[in-house]
Amino acid sequence: MIYLDNNATTPLHPKVKEKIIDFLDNYGNPSSLYETGREVKQMVEDARQKIADFLNCDPDEIIFTAGGSEANNTVIKGVASCCTFCNVSNTHIITSAIEHPSVMNTLKCLEKQNVEVTYLPVDEYGLVNSKDVRDAIRKETVLITIMYANNEIGTIQPIEEITKIANENNIPIHTDAVQAIGKIPVDLKKTSIDYLSLSGHKIYGPKGIGVLFRRKGTKSLCPLISGGHQESSMRAGTENTIGIVGIGEAIKQLNLEMNSEVKKIKYLRDKLESGLKKNISNISVNGQTEKRLPGVLNVSFNDIEGESILLRLDMHGIAVSTGSACSSGSLDPSYVITALGVPAEQAHSSIRFSLGRENTEEDIDKTIIAVEETVDFLRKISAI
Amino acid sequence: MSGTNWNYSDKVKEHFFNPKNVLKVSEEEYNADGVGENGSPVCGDLMRIYIKVKDNKIYDMRWKTFGCASAIGSTSMLSVMVTENGGMELEEAMKIKPDDIIKELGGLPPNKIHCSVLGDKALRAAIKDYYRNFDQVNKINKEKESRIVCHCLNVTEDEIKMEVLEGVKDFDTLQKRTKVSTACGKCEPEVRELLDKYVKKYYIKDIYTGE
Repeated sequence: MIYLDNNATTPLHPKVKEKIIDFLDNYGNPSSLYETGREVKQMVEDARQKIADFLNCDPDEIIFTAGGSEANNTVIKGVASCCTFCNVSNTHIITSAIEHPSVMNTLKCLEKQNVEVTYLPVDEYGLVNSKDVRDAIRKETVLITIMYANNEIGTIQPIEEITKIANENNIPIHTDAVQAIGKIPVDLKKTSIDYLSLSGHKIYGPKGIGVLFRRKGTKSLCPLISGGHQESSMRAGTENTIGIVGIGEAIKQLNLEMNSEVKKIKYLRDKLESGLKKNISNISVNGQTEKRLPGVLNVSFNDIEGESILLRLDMHGIAVSTGSACSSGSLDPSYVITALGVPAEQAHSSIRFSLGRENTEEDIDKTIIAVEETVDFLRKISAI
Repeated sequence: MSGTNWNYSDKVKEHFFNPKNVLKVSEEEYNADGVGENGSPVCGDLMRIYIKVKDNKIYDMRWKTFGCASAIGSTSMLSVMVTENGGMELEEAMKIKPDDIIKELGGLPPNKIHCSVLGDKALRAAIKDYYRNFDQVNKINKEKESRIVCHCLNVTEDEIKMEVLEGVKDFDTLQKRTKVSTACGKCEPEVRELLDKYVKKYYIKDIYTGE
């Protein structure tokens, strides 16, 4: 199989797999004081240290969660519910129109509880204008949450500029960095982002584990899961030790391999992009900008529908994803693609290729041929 | 950008991967007796069905479809259903329901049912087009409960509503698809009013356009 859906999830790094297998018999509860517990506790703290090293922050700023979605929920609901309890009327949150559903739908839920939300528009490349952020700020604004890089089109937001604006106005800033981590360098000593979310399975680690970075000194959050004292009482429940050991190893490998891998992935993505453009007419790249993740390519193959392309590529053993409505169960195509100003019919035709560390030059050559054949076939039977 | 429902039957896969009766020549060359279209690219599905009729039977049906696997599979299946055994009688073909296509396909995932609805509607549109082209407008039977708005071309309020649901929002498109108000034209103000009513009803959208 040629796996080109690394933004959806990634295969385990062989070293991560090895590490997890070696760990599996360690059933101890990290909260237990006797030896089996203490051993596991140490392994959890080792993983925490590796993540802190990679992000350049303190280990006690790392909170393990059940994934990126949970990290996003923790920040957004945590900030808002504290404000509700404190009776702050007209609580206001600023975000963008192309956030991940775990941010979007969490905010939708808060809107029902009278939290006001500003969804900033993006330009044709998917970029938020930092001036819009400044203009949207009100005295009631309690959080700015803007993703680091977009999952569907790969656009990288001017998160530094936005952070500066947030800092100047004393507003906490959160970024969903699930897609950015491991692809672009993030140094938390060089930035003053307050909260950052990341996920294990997007970086060749296991599913069901994520990280919330919470900068020391930031306003305390109401925990999403209350209970025991785990994770500085920010996330109760016995730790997902297998996941934690796995994500720790995944991060360690990123530290070793990221630079060379990213170069290779970008080279392959560019090769795919130019190959498709050269061989197939009437296509357009969604969110084509230099400020784009190295492995992401989102293309609309006009006049044919995304799910059909996806399934025919699957027949060729190629895995991709689509922004067409048919893949989502609704009648609307991807809100990310349409937010770029791309017409709905073109959004239905969109395919996302997302490359990863296992892809080879041969994969790309085969993909270009298979896509060309698929597009040709479907255009011949299309009613458009 | 969530995953597709992959639970397609073998029949759907067969028709999707090897579609039958696709129109391979130009429309002019094929010269159909009736053409029917349904759906809208904006909604992600568009089907066009071409029929040839002899002795009241559909002896050939060709099609073109923009859409997902179930849309393509449905149209292909439908083309086989109406042309096998020497062709289906027009009255019978008019009665084909989405369920009949779904049954032949061995089922469709729940979120894909609307794709099969488009197929039988496009076929009915093609048959009506045939009747209109061959001076048999009186044969266009209307559902009892649906009020005829355009008496010249036998277009009902229900049809206008369905067109809007399929994504039609302006009069010109509606006219192109149904031929409504193309004869005496007396019904045009009422058609425009109905169009406006249903567009307002179905297209008041949230700012957030779903996932």
